[in-house]
Amino acid sequence: MVTMTINGKLARAKEGEMLLAVLRREKIDIPALCHHEAVEPYGGCRLCMVEITKKEWAGGKNMVTSCLYPVEDGLIIQTHTTDLIELRKTILDLYLARCPNTPAIQDLAAQYGVTQTSYEPVTDPDDCILCGLCTRICDRMGFGAISAVNRGHSREIAPPMKNAPPDCVGCLACALNCPTNHIKYSDRGFTREIWGRKFDLVRDAKTGQPTITKEFADYLSKHSDIPRDYFELKDESHRRETALSLGKIAIWNREVPQ
Amino acid sequence: MRIVKPKQLEQLAAGYRKTAGKHKKTVTVCCGTGCLAKGAQKIVDAFEECLNRRKVKDFDVEAVKKTGCHGFCEQGPLVVIEPQGIFYTKVKPKDIESIIEKSIENDEVIEKLLYTNPQDGRKIEKYSDIPFYSHQRRIALRNVGKIVPSDIREYIAVDGYKALAKVLTTMTPDQVIDEITKSELRGRGGGGFSAGKKWRTCRNVAADVRYVICNGDEGDPGAFMDCSIMEGDPHSVLEGMIICAFAVGAKQGYIYVRDEYPLAGIRLQKAIAASEEYGLLGDKILGTDFSFSIRLSRGAGAFVCGESSALMRSVAGEVGEPRAKYIHSVVKGLYDLPTVLNNVETFVNVPVIINSGADWFKKIGVAKNSGTKAFSLVGKVRNTGLIEVAMGTTMREIIYDIGGGIIDGRTFKGVQTGGPSGGCLPETQLDLPVDFDSLTKAGSMMGSGGMIIMDDKTCMVDVARYFLNFLVSESCGKCVPCREGLYQLHKLTEKICEGNGTEEDIEKMEKLSQQIVVGSLCGLGKSGPKPLLSTIKYYRDEYLAHIRDKKCPAGVCKNLIAYRVIPETCTGCMACVNACVYQAITGRKKEPQVINPDICQKCGACAAVCKYNAIEVS
Repeated sequence: MVTMTINGKLARAKEGEMLLAVLRREKIDIPALCHHEAVEPYGGCRLCMVEITKKEWAGGKNMVTSCLYPVEDGLIIQTHTTDLIELRKTILDLYLARCPNTPAIQDLAAQYGVTQTSYEPVTDPDDCILCGLCTRICDRMGFGAISAVNRGHSREIAPPMKNAPPDCVGCLACALNCPTNHIKYSDRGFTREIWGRKFDLVRDAKTGQPTITKEFADYLSKHSDIPRDYFELKDESHRRETALSLGKIAIWNREVPQ
Repeated sequence: MRIVKPKQLEQLAAGYRKTAGKHKKTVTVCCGTGCLAKGAQKIVDAFEECLNRRKVKDFDVEAVKKTGCHGFCEQGPLVVIEPQGIFYTKVKPKDIESIIEKSIENDEVIEKLLYTNPQDGRKIEKYSDIPFYSHQRRIALRNVGKIVPSDIREYIAVDGYKALAKVLTTMTPDQVIDEITKSELRGRGGGGFSAGKKWRTCRNVAADVRYVICNGDEGDPGAFMDCSIMEGDPHSVLEGMIICAFAVGAKQGYIYVRDEYPLAGIRLQKAIAASEEYGLLGDKILGTDFSFSIRLSRGAGAFVCGESSALMRSVAGEVGEPRAKYIHSVVKGLYDLPTVLNNVETFVNVPVIINSGADWFKKIGVAKNSGTKAFSLVGKVRNTGLIEVAMGTTMREIIYDIGGGIIDGRTFKGVQTGGPSGGCLPETQLDLPVDFDSLTKAGSMMGSGGMIIMDDKTCMVDVARYFLNFLVSESCGKCVPCREGLYQLHKLTEKICEGNGTEEDIEKMEKLSQQIVVGSLCGLGKSGPKPLLSTIKYYRDEYLAHIRDKKCPAGVCKNLIAYRVIPETCTGCMACVNACVYQAITGRKKEPQVINPDICQKCGACAAVCKYNAIEVS
């Protein structure tokens, strides 16, 4: 256990934790656009930066990214100094120049008093804030179907060669975790389309409704001990099945041994 | 052959010196990238062809050495006749016949191939008398341009691997680290962190596996020091790395070379194979229990991969993007294991320190900045090329004594050090001693050692715009301040260059720059605004001229200049009319010409061909 001071209040944390996790637990409102508990911290948006110091630093201070900074005993943390607020304002201002029409960015920027960018907006804006969550989650899932391409300001998220991604299974993890809903997909009947690739959806044997993509079902059954037909059922069918099997072992249905 | 005893190394060196000494004279032809581009291979071929035709006594093809870069790229291809040290510049294949006839068979000197001192027009015969060389102090470049890089025996003959033998047989790892720490050798890649301290930290981390990496990803525009060392003296890089590996306890090393340096890659690969064959690398080095192997890792040419954490990810086969370094890479580096990462030039200094001692090394340079530093001197100086000077040498000595002053007798305006992450220093800083601390204090940085000299025809706003443009395209794009911030700074400088800037823009740029410095993830972003900030600091007048007067004093920014024919000076020779591809110049023969400003594209072709200086830029 380590003890730290956050905005003047004492807080305890486990060894190996990152500062951001502690700040969130302590209900401190700190913005972070590229953070997700399921994937490794990234340090891309720079909004979660905090000011740290220690008694023995003799007044020396440092600004660090809280999502990447491991907790330390005796750390004194400030989360909303004038410098930090100024930095967050600048970052949000820059975000607004890239994504002027994105509600998530507009809202967050407005919280910091930035309603319009003071920089030159890009000519054809989209909603991608390049937080990299989609690619990191895709990697975490084990597919690595999409990645960041190009460098610097021309960076974008794309499948290889911008063709239909061969490694994509259409699981939608990228689209459902996109903080700005930039990644578009469509489910029509038994066809799903994402990243320019079409997938056939598996038909639920009981209800005849579409469930997950064939590729995803194949992948899941191949990488687990669960038979493939398990993945062919929709959630409600699963619940019905579970209810039936639970019913079979319920006390009032059990045969009393003679 | 495999060397299993240090004694054998000495015998080999002595034996090779003896065979090499049988030639009455030797010829070295510079085969660095610069000279090769200027046709050095043709010179070597011409020597071979000519020597096969004429049978010269005590001289054969073996006496013609293909060496690494001599540094004086401006004057290439270079040929040096030893032992007299006669220095021939701008040699052409047709000159070879007369070189052999006059300078090798006889002791004559060919006047027209000698170097002409631009200051007084005097011809200089000897290598060592040329001001470009005589003001230098070469330690890291000690063998570059002198030995044949592709032959390991050449390196052994100049006491190569002697330091390694000394370390393996007479010193403990701790003693090696102590010696390096005592020498106060600082990392030559730009950071200037104590090499000894870095090695000590790495050694003290409890781990079974450690790595040594050599950073040869020299990405600064106009810098080629590491390239020349890797091409011209690859074995000393290896020796430095092996000594480091012994000191920290590493078994595996990597040399990260950018793909733009194909020759460096080839020569290093060859050097690795040769030293493995000689038992100086690989299993049981020099017959001891110490084993270490080195692999070459090719970078794909991203500037950001020179940053330690990005470099290590790239070596591991991942995308070269930096990560936050709250845990130093010396503790958790390649594959999350302790890793020593040093620059090429740092490693090259190591064998010298071991051989000559830390006390000797400390005497060179100034306090806390010991030793020398290699620079690539480029831009508007008379003598461009690769140089090495003792730390603490002033900027003035470098530019005027070694560089020979500004070309065409124009005035000095600024010097850019440290590449895109460094800053520009004005004339008032000319007497600044060149060392890590002084440069940082003046608002620039040492960097890896690029030095770009600028004259009065360089627009400082344009320079800032250029470097920002470079950084915008080289930023990896991971973090917002660097990706978006530098882009916006570049847009603002473009706006000023186009004459649309306002005075608030300067303030806005300064404010944004501060946030980028604070907020960026890695060194690229943190130092990215430096060229801009230093030019605003030292050349604010020039920014104001662009903004207030809509003028570019240097005559560079196209929107703010106009070309005009001076009627009194124009002779009507029509040279400019023929040079103008846009047909913007009209007029009769032998009468003053007129430039139509609506058609003129401001390319400057007319001014370049005018012999009478009748075209002015305003």
